[in-house]
Amino acid sequence: MLERRAFAADLDYGRAGPSRGEWAMGIEFRGVTKKYPDGTVAVDDLNLTIEDGTITVFVGPSGCGKTTSLRMINRMVEPTSGTILLDGADVRDSDPALLRRGIGYVIQHAGLFPHRTVLSNVATVPLLSGWEKRKARERAAELLETVGLPAELGKRYPAQLSGGQQQRVGVARALAADSPVLLMDEPFSAVDPVVREGLQDELLRLQSQLGKTIVFVTHDIDEAVRLGDKVAVLRVGGRLAQYGTPADVLRHPVDDFVAGFVGKDRGYRGLSFLSAGDVLVEDVPTVRVGSAPGESTDWRLAVNDEGEPRGWLPPSSTVDGDLSESDLLAGGSLYQQGTPIRGALDAALSSPASLGVVVDADGKAIGVVTARQVLDVIENHPQGVTR
Amino acid sequence: MIGEIIDWFTSSANWQGADGVPTRVLQHLGYVLLALVLASVIAVPIGLYVGHTGRGGVLLVGSGNVIRALPTLGLVTFLFLLFTDSDVAAIIGLVVLAIPPILAGTYAGLQAVDRAVVDAAEGMGMRGGQRLWQIEVPIALPLVLGGVRNAVLQLVATAAVAAYVGLGGLGRYLLDGLAILDYGEVAAGAILTALLAIVLDVVLAAVQRALVPRGVRLAEAGAKKEVSA
Amino acid sequence: MSFFDELGQYLGSASNREQIVDTLAEHCYLALLPLVLGIVLAIAIGWLGRAWPRARGVTLVLANLVYTIPSLALFVMIPSLIGTKMLDSINVVVALTLYTAALLVRPVLDALDAVPPAVIASATAMGYRPARRFLTVELPLAVPVLAAGVRVASVSNISLVSVGALIGVGGLGVLFTDGFQREYFSPIVVGIVLTLLLALVVDLLLVLSRRLLTPWDRTTAPVRTEVAV
Ligand SMILES: Nc1ncnc2c1ncn2[C@@H]1O[C@H](COP(=O)(O)OP(=O)(O)O)[C@@H](O)[C@H]1O
Ligand SMILES: [Mg+2]
Repeated sequence: MLERRAFAADLDYGRAGPSRGEWAMGIEFRGVTKKYPDGTVAVDDLNLTIEDGTITVFVGPSGCGKTTSLRMINRMVEPTSGTILLDGADVRDSDPALLRRGIGYVIQHAGLFPHRTVLSNVATVPLLSGWEKRKARERAAELLETVGLPAELGKRYPAQLSGGQQQRVGVARALAADSPVLLMDEPFSAVDPVVREGLQDELLRLQSQLGKTIVFVTHDIDEAVRLGDKVAVLRVGGRLAQYGTPADVLRHPVDDFVAGFVGKDRGYRGLSFLSAGDVLVEDVPTVRVGSAPGESTDWRLAVNDEGEPRGWLPPSSTVDGDLSESDLLAGGSLYQQGTPIRGALDAALSSPASLGVVVDADGKAIGVVTARQVLDVIENHPQGVTR
Repeated sequence: MIGEIIDWFTSSANWQGADGVPTRVLQHLGYVLLALVLASVIAVPIGLYVGHTGRGGVLLVGSGNVIRALPTLGLVTFLFLLFTDSDVAAIIGLVVLAIPPILAGTYAGLQAVDRAVVDAAEGMGMRGGQRLWQIEVPIALPLVLGGVRNAVLQLVATAAVAAYVGLGGLGRYLLDGLAILDYGEVAAGAILTALLAIVLDVVLAAVQRALVPRGVRLAEAGAKKEVSA
Repeated sequence: MSFFDELGQYLGSASNREQIVDTLAEHCYLALLPLVLGIVLAIAIGWLGRAWPRARGVTLVLANLVYTIPSLALFVMIPSLIGTKMLDSINVVVALTLYTAALLVRPVLDALDAVPPAVIASATAMGYRPARRFLTVELPLAVPVLAAGVRVASVSNISLVSVGALIGVGGLGVLFTDGFQREYFSPIVVGIVLTLLLALVVDLLLVLSRRLLTPWDRTTAPVRTEVAV
């Protein structure tokens, strides 16, 4: 957090606006209900505290009130009753337009202005807030870089970009508000899965630098679990079903609705959040590629001169002369120490020797684990929800 | 027939005075422009209001369709009996008939603006007027101008018909020629009226092209490619 | 004398009533025959445009040109173009057929373009010859788009027929010239009301027949308020 604040200071352009002060802001829903004029209750008595500097994901089936909840934060929808506090202040006390200029907003299909270049799209909010043109455009150019777009794209029109690029511009445009709060309504659901994954990684990378308070809406539980520090599962009728960390929600769904919504692989997916710190790494006999292997009745791990695993030599195999890579069985997936335990289990299950290879951060083999050992750790970890 | 037309066009008498071609063309053009300005002043704000707020859309489309179905000649003769002045009656008739296309173009233009774009503009903190003038109007411009083009075609045609109740302009050649069975004059009137309509349409098409923002044009081209792909 | 007294007197006369019925019948014939002919012509042009893509650009430019020509000008030009007599009702029929076709060419081409290529390919694979495939597969699938254009054309035709009264053939338009000459509101009002009613009835029939023709397309609302620009 301290590092984030230091970095944030670099990004602080000293802009006067409603969002100065604390870098990140918490959001609080207090007994918020929204009933549309046609009688639909979209949100029903929502109580929720969103911590500053975190990604909170609203997830739930279509029509459960996610968008409505999100849009009440920047007053694009007014609650029927209840209060929403932004950094302790009732949002109803701010002028809606000024409030919105201080809150980043990203939507599905990006909603880029087709008649404006990418650069002027990104510069929209600074210009609305009265920045001078040159400064606004410089800021916009920087932001394009921040979201991983080449500067040349600034001169193009939205119609000349791919869906993924448009979405990045949408994020850059929202960041231009230079605001501590970012609202994102299914921002990645209209792009194909591979691009979506890239955008999710990018968002996590950005967030590790910027430390904003992000409220993210999605109907995709995988996306929710991947991005959220906290996940709020909503059910149709606008009621909050469960609010907790992703691991919590996956491992301890409060009821059948949440269990059904998070899906039948949730047990396995939950392993993504379990630290494998307790797994005992065992030694394994190794042989070096390029030297004579000798004989053995055990499985032996072949490594190169840097100590990186290259494959397995089966028990009692005979090799003429020095060991070459063509003598080896291909290895399974590698498990990097310190990452969630799901990777350790996968390494063990995919290895021809039934021994999962554990490597350190540099990729050097440091030992092996068996599936049995991993399962023991999992079973002894009923609360194993550290992240 | 061709000979009669050539004779008519080459006779210098037809190019001079109150009944000469330059006068009649300018008269016709004057009626068209006057009615266009009046109709735009009425129709554009209403179209913008209805399109921007989304209130009254059904009423607008419905009344537009009724006016569209009004017979020109019936309207003009009715107004003449009402006002007993051919200029007033004709101009009112022209304005009435030019309103629906402009209204429909403006309304359809704003309606066609992507919901997500309007939503984004609102979410970024644009006020109503900023959203309308900076976002909605530029994007709607092609359809607004399409409506204006249709209105102009309607006006050139109606102004010719309105010659029946005594309006000047090119319609005079058509009706006066018919009255004295001078087919050269009738054909000349028809050719001039058609030419005026075509020239105005081509000019407006050029204006339309020049005023449409490049990004909007690119987006349209992209959408077309997607449909045909 | 109030307007309603005048109207009562006008409608009380048997010869007036007879004239109304006659002109109404003529109006139907003059508006609807060209509608049918125009649809057939537009479809034929559309088929040509698909079979021979180079003709497309030219066709669209010509259609636009015809559509630009003011009605009265086109009415009086037809006799010299096809050699008919000035007061022949054929002139109005030909002119309105041209308008209808001009209006429908683009929708027809767009509609045919919108037929999914996979459908055409599978029809070909099943052994349809091109002409039969066009009539039994491509054309029916184009009906929904075509229907919207036909509705606009029908309203336009019904209102334009009256302009024909200026060249002596005008259906209900005769009531307008009559009322104008006799400075008499009743025939004009009756003519306007009947024109609007006729347009409404024909429009409802078109909506109905579109539903009957496209039973697979019931998912869309039966009466959409289309914004014609
Ligand atoms: N403007 C509106 N008027 C009436 N009902 C609405 C409106 N917006 C949303 N709703 C209804 O409120 C419920 C929640 O909608 P929404 O918040 O958009 O859900 P989600 O984003 O989770 O799909 C739905 O039943 C939806 O139909
Ligand atoms: Mg939603």
